[in-house]
Amino acid sequence: MKHKSFLFISCDEAKHICDKAQYHEATSWETFKLKLRYVWCRITRAYVNKNIKLTETIKKANVSCLNQSEKQVLRKNLQNELKNQQ
Amino acid sequence: MPKHTINPNQWIDLYSDYLFNFTISRVNDREKAKDLVQDTFFAGLKSMKNFKGEASERTWLISILKRKIIDHYRKINSNKGKAEVRVEFNTEDDEGSWLEKRVADTDYRTAEDEIVNNELGDAIYDCLSKLPEKQATVFRMKTIEGLETETICNDLNITASNLWVIIHRARTSMAACMEKNWF
Repeated sequence: MKHKSFLFISCDEAKHICDKAQYHEATSWETFKLKLRYVWCRITRAYVNKNIKLTETIKKANVSCLNQSEKQVLRKNLQNELKNQQ
Repeated sequence: MPKHTINPNQWIDLYSDYLFNFTISRVNDREKAKDLVQDTFFAGLKSMKNFKGEASERTWLISILKRKIIDHYRKINSNKGKAEVRVEFNTEDDEGSWLEKRVADTDYRTAEDEIVNNELGDAIYDCLSKLPEKQATVFRMKTIEGLETETICNDLNITASNLWVIIHRARTSMAACMEKNWF
């Protein structure tokens, strides 16, 4: 089994931390390890930059969506209407 | 032979978010937007027989929705553009008095900003509609609705690590799609 480093993380781990960081769910220690890898890993850097850009774009667009319960109501009403038509 | 077919059973999953976002950016009222989307689906059901299959289902639904939005504004005789009236309660020196003041809209944006924003929203929903259903659902709940990881895991009956794998795949696909269509 591969030994897990205390300070240095793999690229996949860095991506995972980066994803969590987009939702403010990464711990300070995780963020520190990500920053460390960001300095020397080109792939991590590219992923982080792309991920941040996506977060900022979605934030800027201020998009809205229906929540699950609203969709359920809509689905039920549509089904009823469909039955009435048949 | 028609290029596109129609299937109302899939409308909610495929188009409700796109139509809702399209509407709310134009009417600025969540309840009204929901009503308009529902009216659009009902009108779609009624005129299903007229669907020739030349345009996609979504384009066809959007054209119905646009008419519904225009009708909505005709009905209320467009109050847009009037100054916002804000009533606030002052609790410090003037206890108990109500102030009414005319203020500029703090979220003021130019027409150009508005168009860019609407187009950006459309591009995001375009990309979202290309994701597998589960990825789209998780991404939407986490990123757009801003729900807690635990809530999503309970609702969808998945583990937290499963959620992060799905989020990672969704974000990678979304970034690639947005790169192609927007950035």
